Amino acid sequence: MILEDINLDIDTRDFLAIIGPNGGGKSTLLKLILGILTPTKGNISKIESIGYVPQNTNINTDFPIKVIEVVMMAQGLSKRKFFGYAKEDITQAKEILKEVGMLEYADKKIALLSGGQRQRVMIARALFSKPEILILDEPTSSIDAEGQKQVYELFKKLNEEMTIIVVSHDISIIMGYASKVAHINKKLSFHDTSALATKIDTQINHVCEVELLEMLGKCKC
Amino acid sequence: MLEALSYQFVQNALIAGVLVSFIAGIIGTLVVVNRMVFLVGGIAHAAYGGIGLALFAGIPIFVGTSLFAILAALFMAFVTIHQRDKIDIFIGLIWAVGMALGIIFVDLTSGYNVDLMSYLFGSILAVNQEDLYYMGGLLALILLALLFWYKDILAVSYDSEYASIRSINVPFFYTLILILSALSVVVAIKVVGLILVIALLTIPIYIAQSLSSSLLSMMFFSGVIASIFTLIGLWFSYSFNLTSGASIILISALSLMFFILLEKLR
Repeated sequence: MILEDINLDIDTRDFLAIIGPNGGGKSTLLKLILGILTPTKGNISKIESIGYVPQNTNINTDFPIKVIEVVMMAQGLSKRKFFGYAKEDITQAKEILKEVGMLEYADKKIALLSGGQRQRVMIARALFSKPEILILDEPTSSIDAEGQKQVYELFKKLNEEMTIIVVSHDISIIMGYASKVAHINKKLSFHDTSALATKIDTQINHVCEVELLEMLGKCKC
Repeated sequence: MLEALSYQFVQNALIAGVLVSFIAGIIGTLVVVNRMVFLVGGIAHAAYGGIGLALFAGIPIFVGTSLFAILAALFMAFVTIHQRDKIDIFIGLIWAVGMALGIIFVDLTSGYNVDLMSYLFGSILAVNQEDLYYMGGLLALILLALLFWYKDILAVSYDSEYASIRSINVPFFYTLILILSALSVVVAIKVVGLILVIALLTIPIYIAQSLSSSLLSMMFFSGVIASIFTLIGLWFSYSFNLTSGASIILISALSLMFFILLEKLR
């Protein structure tokens, strides 16, 4: 995948939506930010604390693991204990589960959860390290409408405390929640959603996803 | 049946059966959740090359087989990490080449008179004191590895991409799981033979999976279930004078069918 001349500045408390066609380089950009890939030229300022929610959270659904174990996964090498988990880790995990509305499921097997519930557990896992930036790859692609709504409301709440970057095709995220939109198709164009909203109001009455994506791809607003 | 228990070889067989069942339960759990069943199957068959080599070179069978299986595991770990999409080809490769090497080594060994069938289908009644130490030692090693790295192994098994982002050394843990699997295969060969080893590493685990809410309890239940199957299989084999390895596997398979039927009815 080739990405050229990507310059992306994000401010704190931004809600950035990254959109673009399949194969346009969205996931590559995320992997660069996360440090899974390194750029051949140029650099990416090291971001200290990132919480990451991967694209497909429906993998390994049979896996025998409790919700709270998923949340505490791969954390705090300093606070390690054999087998069991440190008390402060468990307390923190429960607080975060409460924040995402999943506390009552803490000791349930992950396999028993719905898509939307599982997504909230993955968000809780990303929040465990108290990140400044939360990065989500297609967070609503595999969950039903009711689950999506709950996840959006959660983003809104979390956005008060942290920066959120979302890769999404989902129009309701872009229109309803994002403060900035970046369109990636090998190159990057940047948009402010408030300008976009005005444009849509004045020019067209009806907007569908394809038109919006097209507009964001072409215009230099 | 009771007077049989007074024989040393029967006692050894029972202890070996339980030890190997717990080894297979723990390692089988890791193999199943990491989707490595046929990878480990490949290593099991490749281990036959080690049996041939040990006979040819006149070194103890356990030593030769273990070394050979570890080499196969390291090779497969390398392939898993660097050429994941070609893994099927390499499984087939080590599977066949390992067995071919074993047969050639046996051909080259002068005055060869060891029963080939006992390696292919197990010879639990021939377990000696030394074998038991090896099995006990391996179980201790596996438990020690779990004690140190349970949480890392859990993270790597559940979501390896996320584990690597959280700076867990995923290749190291893949290699560790494969090496422990290779060593477990070597001891399981004694009980059920290398052809049937896959069944011991999967059937009890399948049943345990739906009963468990954590990886640790799945390992424990798998060990208990495998022990029950092994002991019933041994009794069956003793009572009807049948091959022990095949009896254990068939008892396991019948129980699995019964279990699935029960689950469907519920």
